[in-house]
Amino acid sequence: MIRVEGLRKRYGTHDALRGVTLEFRTGAVTALVGPNASGKTTLIKSLLGLVRPDAGTVFVKDAPVDEAGRYRRAIGYMPQLARFPENLTVADVIALVASVRAGEGAESPRDDELIEAFHLVREMDRLVRTLSGGTRQKVSAAIAFLFSPEILILDEPTAGLDPLAAAILKDKIRSVRASGRTVLITSHVSAELEGLADDVAFLCDGEIGFTGTFDSLLHQVGEHRFEGAIASLFRSKGRVA
Amino acid sequence: MNVIRLIVSAGLRDLSRSRWLIGYALGFFALAEGLFWFGGSGPQVVLSLLNIVLMVVPLVALVFGAIHVYASREFVELLLAQPVPRKPLFTGLWLGLALPLAGAFAVGAGLPFVFHGGGGAGFAALATLAVAGVVLSFIFSGIATWIAWSTDDRLRGVGLALGVWLAATVLYDGAILAATAAFGDYPLERPLLGAMILNPVDLARLVVLSQLDASALMGYTGALFNKALGTAGGAAVAGAALLAWCGVPYLMSARRFARRDF
Repeated sequence: MIRVEGLRKRYGTHDALRGVTLEFRTGAVTALVGPNASGKTTLIKSLLGLVRPDAGTVFVKDAPVDEAGRYRRAIGYMPQLARFPENLTVADVIALVASVRAGEGAESPRDDELIEAFHLVREMDRLVRTLSGGTRQKVSAAIAFLFSPEILILDEPTAGLDPLAAAILKDKIRSVRASGRTVLITSHVSAELEGLADDVAFLCDGEIGFTGTFDSLLHQVGEHRFEGAIASLFRSKGRVA
Repeated sequence: MNVIRLIVSAGLRDLSRSRWLIGYALGFFALAEGLFWFGGSGPQVVLSLLNIVLMVVPLVALVFGAIHVYASREFVELLLAQPVPRKPLFTGLWLGLALPLAGAFAVGAGLPFVFHGGGGAGFAALATLAVAGVVLSFIFSGIATWIAWSTDDRLRGVGLALGVWLAATVLYDGAILAATAAFGDYPLERPLLGAMILNPVDLARLVVLSQLDASALMGYTGALFNKALGTAGGAAVAGAALLAWCGVPYLMSARRFARRDF
């Protein structure tokens, strides 16, 4: 579903990505992990066309991505930080994103499940500036899932969510996977990826250190739990024997 | 086109509820109303307002504009992650900032004139002042947009915006005056005419003053401009240059926006 080949990106003197080649399996949840400044966000933003790589190609649904960005119809994105125009209501924000997406062609089926599960219906008429950080995050998650995209890219989705909301979101990710859609998720909290991620891609200093299924990772590093496996990846900078 | 319309109307909806912009409109309203209150006639009020408009409109457009763009960064990233190309999105974002700014100025400064009978004899000057304020809002919000999308550090960006304001409203005339004093022995008319066109604030002043009987207030460059081109010709050239100025920051920041990484 998503494949990147030889992706390179340099900011000034800093190499954010140094030749990343990677494939995200269709119908699987892939956890993109790595230390701070390892290139996770740069990689995600390259997939979305927010960052232009210096070299390499991103393929979404087997086609190289283009400038016009029509391929993004297939993607739902939840950014790390949820901020919306201060004086719009929640309903305004959702309607804006919906109409921007609908304007480019056929309408996709609406998936209001998260709006209901997060009880956002009663927040619809509130101005964004009066919302708590957690509620903004819920709105952001609801928008990512709202248009039933085939691919979901979630950057630190549970940061700032209370445990109940985080559990609702994780259930939603599982049900999306069960329907055969592709999920890419980054998180610093490795415990929450346990039981969620099928595949793991470990990024360190802009290079892929490990990529494979969750089970093969546990097997290779000789750990029983994800947390320990990730920790040992961090220690070895991803170089697994 | 559809994307532009959607983003512009969201910008209008957002900023028309902004306390800052409402305060800005109320400030101009109180000012113009106050000038009438103290016994001014239409042309006098226009003249008094002119100097304030030339200072305040660029300041608010630059600083509010830059802060607004920085505050909308994350939301812009979310919009860019939707299936839309960058160019129309950018045009929508800029118009969604410039139109509310221009509107707040026009409504705030214009209503008192409506209450007091259209400014009477000063109607032409008033209309010119309104257009000048609107055009300045477009130009300087465009410059603010360019600064904010070119400078990732917010503090530096807002500082730069203030620097541009200081340069355009205060330092520019001073520098020209200094240059005239220093090189007074040389024929300076042509370079000075060029220098005039480079500053939209000077252009706006010239255009409005040409509608009033107050060429003495025009300043050095303005007087020169009129001497070279005649009052009507000078105003026409200055007006055209002012309109061209609207496009410059827009095109520059659109280019920047289309190429940058987010």
